[in-house]
Amino acid sequence: MRIPVETFRLDNGLFVTLSEDHTAPIVAVNLWYHVGSANEKPGRTGFAHLFEHMLFQGSAHVASNEHFEMIQRAGGTLNGSTWLERTNYFETVPSNELALALWLEADRMGDLLPAMTQEKLDTQRDVVKNERRWSVDNQPYGTMLEKLQELVFPRSHPFEHSLIGSMEDLSAASLDDIAQFFVTYYTPDNAVLSIAGDFDASEARALIGEYFGPIPRGKGKPPLPPMTLPPVFGSPLREVVEDDVSLPRLFMAFRSPVFGSDQYYAASIASALLGMRKGSRLHRALVRERQIAADAGAFTLDLAKGTDLLVVDVTARPETPVAQLEEEVEREIDLLHRDGVSEEEVRRAQALIETDLIASLQSAGERADRLSMFATYFGRPELINEQVDRYRAVTAKKVNELVKERFGEDNRASLIYVPREGVETENLLAAAVGAG
Amino acid sequence: MVATLRPKSGPARSYRFPTFSDERLPSGLRLLTAPVSKLPVVTMLVLVDAGSANDPAGKEGVAALTAGLLLEGTAQLSGAEISEKFEKLGTSAESGADWDSAFVKLTALSDHLEDAATLLGQILQRPAFPEREVERLKAERLAEILQLETEPRGLADEKFSEFLYSPDSRYSKPDEGNSKTVSALSRTDVENFFRANYRTGSTTVILAGDITPESARALVEKAFQNWSPGTAESQRLVATARTSQKSFHIVDKRDAPQSELRVGHVGLPRKIPDFFPTLVMNAVLGGLFGSRINLNLREAHGYTYGASSFYDWRRGPGPFVVSTAVQSDVTAPALREILLEIERIRVKQISDEELSLARDYLDGVFPIRYETTAAIASALATLVIYDLPADYYDTYRNNIRGVSVAAVLKAAQAHLHPDLLQTIVVGDARAIKDSVGELGLGDVQVHHS
Repeated sequence: MRIPVETFRLDNGLFVTLSEDHTAPIVAVNLWYHVGSANEKPGRTGFAHLFEHMLFQGSAHVASNEHFEMIQRAGGTLNGSTWLERTNYFETVPSNELALALWLEADRMGDLLPAMTQEKLDTQRDVVKNERRWSVDNQPYGTMLEKLQELVFPRSHPFEHSLIGSMEDLSAASLDDIAQFFVTYYTPDNAVLSIAGDFDASEARALIGEYFGPIPRGKGKPPLPPMTLPPVFGSPLREVVEDDVSLPRLFMAFRSPVFGSDQYYAASIASALLGMRKGSRLHRALVRERQIAADAGAFTLDLAKGTDLLVVDVTARPETPVAQLEEEVEREIDLLHRDGVSEEEVRRAQALIETDLIASLQSAGERADRLSMFATYFGRPELINEQVDRYRAVTAKKVNELVKERFGEDNRASLIYVPREGVETENLLAAAVGAG
Repeated sequence: MVATLRPKSGPARSYRFPTFSDERLPSGLRLLTAPVSKLPVVTMLVLVDAGSANDPAGKEGVAALTAGLLLEGTAQLSGAEISEKFEKLGTSAESGADWDSAFVKLTALSDHLEDAATLLGQILQRPAFPEREVERLKAERLAEILQLETEPRGLADEKFSEFLYSPDSRYSKPDEGNSKTVSALSRTDVENFFRANYRTGSTTVILAGDITPESARALVEKAFQNWSPGTAESQRLVATARTSQKSFHIVDKRDAPQSELRVGHVGLPRKIPDFFPTLVMNAVLGGLFGSRINLNLREAHGYTYGASSFYDWRRGPGPFVVSTAVQSDVTAPALREILLEIERIRVKQISDEELSLARDYLDGVFPIRYETTAAIASALATLVIYDLPADYYDTYRNNIRGVSVAAVLKAAQAHLHPDLLQTIVVGDARAIKDSVGELGLGDVQVHHS
């Protein structure tokens, strides 16, 4: 099974990928800007994400919030998201509205600044502060990502600081910062545009040329500081966070090969056999057999530069002491490190990943997003068609080499959430234990 | 310089919801098949009329526990072996119960579908409900309940239902049961519930994806040949309001940076004659990003990251609720804006622009909703659960387009009840108690969780 991929580049540097599929009258437009929280300056944490909000506040020919309104009026869905290495914007619309989606994206790429006002910035700053309260501060384990970043990356490494940003830095962001950031990073030569679904390629080319062609190339962006890190931490890292949570939860992170590398696929298989679904090692051992955990999983962050992180995530049962939780997870990792994995386990993980990969390609939005991702990170959107083979090429031997290198005691960072002293959970705890 | 002229829409291409077959097999099972051959993927969904609304009084949570245990062991296979067998086929079966049905579902590559379906059939017909797994799933549910105590969003939803419905209403308790009812459940309860509810006449199998109705029929007849015949008796559902007075509850969470707000009343059952006007009315009020409530609270005031309203559609009257989280110091002004919006849409017709935004969105987004086999299977499940006509999806867009501003006003007046509003705030009682007293939302009661 292959999806068609066509690419070209405009004179101003905008890289375009097209993938036609006429099964339903739907088309997805997806833009990746190669800028994320890693590109932020000191004292301006959270800026890339705040900026993403500002991109919905109108541009030269589009009023505030009109982008949302026009797409929804056309019967489309849309959003944007910010990550450490990139920011994306996407809409899926009825295929006869392709021109509208492209025009809206071009208007804000080419002509954002005339629409920016202090008032809009102030409102979106409040919205983002509420997003932080909602998803980070007032949410159990909500600080996980920023605590983990701080724990595992060296001070001043581009991945070390918070993605959503501190309240203080958000308050400090100015209109001038907005203008600088826009001119530096929101340029056609720092972006990838993907279109997937029901469209005519020659028509799309013409529209792209008309709307995006006149936007001038950028002046280049400042290079990121060196990001490469040794393959292991060197010694175990550990942090305990007392928080407003009911159950202890352990996140154990390992430095792991960057997204897209050969070794990455072995790491991804290792992550799946440890923590994907109920047949995985951690679920079977800790949730089902020993019954010390309420839940167990594992995932990779899929970072394409410096180092990726593989994260094991285990939530304790109410009656499990924190020390036991840590011990038993360590024991499972030791076992993996010492004895390695079997071909059969690798095949289970491969089969699950393959189904997920293929099922996810049903959605035009997913196809467009993956095309943008492979084009942004590697300049090769056609990698979308090579994923199944890359996973199939992983053998137990390759996973075992990876496991030997990365799962030793010198490469474990434990972030442990424990209930804050004085949280009144005793009655419920008694009920839970009684039934166990 | 970018082109200044907004592009015009091109001619719309037609779209049809996937055609599907609907038949009763000799065994009594109902089978729906939607062939969609874009990718080599099939979703299989087994739907049983055994949802949480069927829980006997005092046994709240037994439907969910039973559904969860379906895949945890047969006489021949342990739960671990079951997971392993599915996962080797590149799929995993997932089971659970909603208010109105129990479900088991999986998505597999077409090559593995037959093996996966056969395995699923074997397992579902002979669940052993091993004692150890019963106790484990109960303990995991109790851990989840404990988690909720520190999770403001989930806690607000749960407290809202508790304060909304009379204590004898099934909807006043969580669908998966509370710590008291779950602790008391036994293996015998599970077995009794299974025997009473899991019957051929109460079961529908849905297949969507790379498969024909003929092969689906052969597959399902073979895989489910030993399913118990008959039809389950359905329970009479109690879903009445707890009070006819406005009331205001604060669930105290010391130093909470935000207040989780839930404002609403007992809503409507899914099958009502004016479903479409109500749907459009709610889209304008709080169902879209561009809705009144979201634009007011988020974009005009910056009080929140997002605010929405919805009818929680069930067979019985589920809640109507406005839901948001706002920074603590604006709790009272945010509530005042919500009340104003609920009042406003009942007094004056919405504008033509507002109507067309909601209508065009719901009409236009229709094909985007059914891109995946899982989404198509779930749409077919909606038809079965709420007993909607076979042409429901073929007429959906016309029904949306037919809604007028007058019909929206009528729906708002009939189905929004400012006098019955129940308000629940999970937040810092000390910081907000005094300021919310003047809103006229009823006496403020503070609860310490």
